[in-house]
Amino acid sequence: MTDISFDEELDITDKQCPLTFVKAKVTLDELDEGEVLKIRLNDGEPRENVPRSLADEGHEILGLDPNGDGTYTLFVRKVGD
Amino acid sequence: MALTDEQLERYSRHIILKEIGAKGQKKLLNAKVLIIGAGGLGAPAAMYLAAAGVGTIGIADADVVDLSNLQRQIIHSTADIGKPKVESARETMNAMNPDVNVITYHDFVSASNVRELVRDYDFILDGTDNFPAKFLINDACVLEGKPFSHAGIIRFKGQLMTYVPGRGPCYRCVFKNPPPKDAVPTCKQAGVIGAMGGVIGSLQAMEAVKYITGVGELLTGWLLTYDAIKMEFHKVKLPADTHACPVCGDHPTILEPIDYEQAACDLKR
Repeated sequence: MTDISFDEELDITDKQCPLTFVKAKVTLDELDEGEVLKIRLNDGEPRENVPRSLADEGHEILGLDPNGDGTYTLFVRKVGD
Repeated sequence: MALTDEQLERYSRHIILKEIGAKGQKKLLNAKVLIIGAGGLGAPAAMYLAAAGVGTIGIADADVVDLSNLQRQIIHSTADIGKPKVESARETMNAMNPDVNVITYHDFVSASNVRELVRDYDFILDGTDNFPAKFLINDACVLEGKPFSHAGIIRFKGQLMTYVPGRGPCYRCVFKNPPPKDAVPTCKQAGVIGAMGGVIGSLQAMEAVKYITGVGELLTGWLLTYDAIKMEFHKVKLPADTHACPVCGDHPTILEPIDYEQAACDLKR
């Protein structure tokens, strides 16, 4: 279990693609450079695609850990404004 | 103001784009675009801009929907025949996207109203079908310092260019004056392939979206021509020298828009 301090929290387990990524992206938009967002997401498509899409946007993936209930916790650091 | 969950979903394919994002979508929602002419060009342009969430769309046209319009003016339906085009256009846009505030002008644009009309908007689309209107819109936009997209379509051909104040030639720099009124066929006499309005009007909508969001290169200083018969696009570099232009040049002689005479049948369209 990654122990990372974060600035903002987001739960996208109730969202479907592409809204999972959209929600994560717009939440990161509101953060300052260097701040960390903690995201709770589902296994499967969100776990596969959301970290990759955020990395494609230039953000830094700090960790992706299973929660043991079919969900994952993703930590991402905002890069760029 | 933050986007609602419904807006995040509606505009998700925009927001996902790195170049647009939520920031760009908010710019679109706050933007005001005026479309002059709810015809072959204005119809697809208005629909794409409404779907894109341009927050305020003005649409000006004096005509009512005619059966012969429906071959290309896809914003109007058979049931709209006889209805003012601006009303029909508004209904379609609001049905597509209730986020959009549509302002209608059921009137001809003329030297007496065109400056006031363009003044309220961030970007203007010329979707008219005659030279007097095209010069009128150009001069008004130059005088008011407004960016606009010029376009024209006839038969199997179309063209467009974008004017942004201080960033290249205006329509009058390139075309000087309207041709004599009996020298050019109107599209009523010449015909036009329906999808041409879709091709060129959609490019106008694209220019408006790019201008509003600040994405990419605009068609300033260039004329894009499309010949559907030959299936050829040409991007023609326009002369950069605007000094001698009577409206946007260093010593302008045109200080107000001019009402040029139109062929009589143009007025009924």
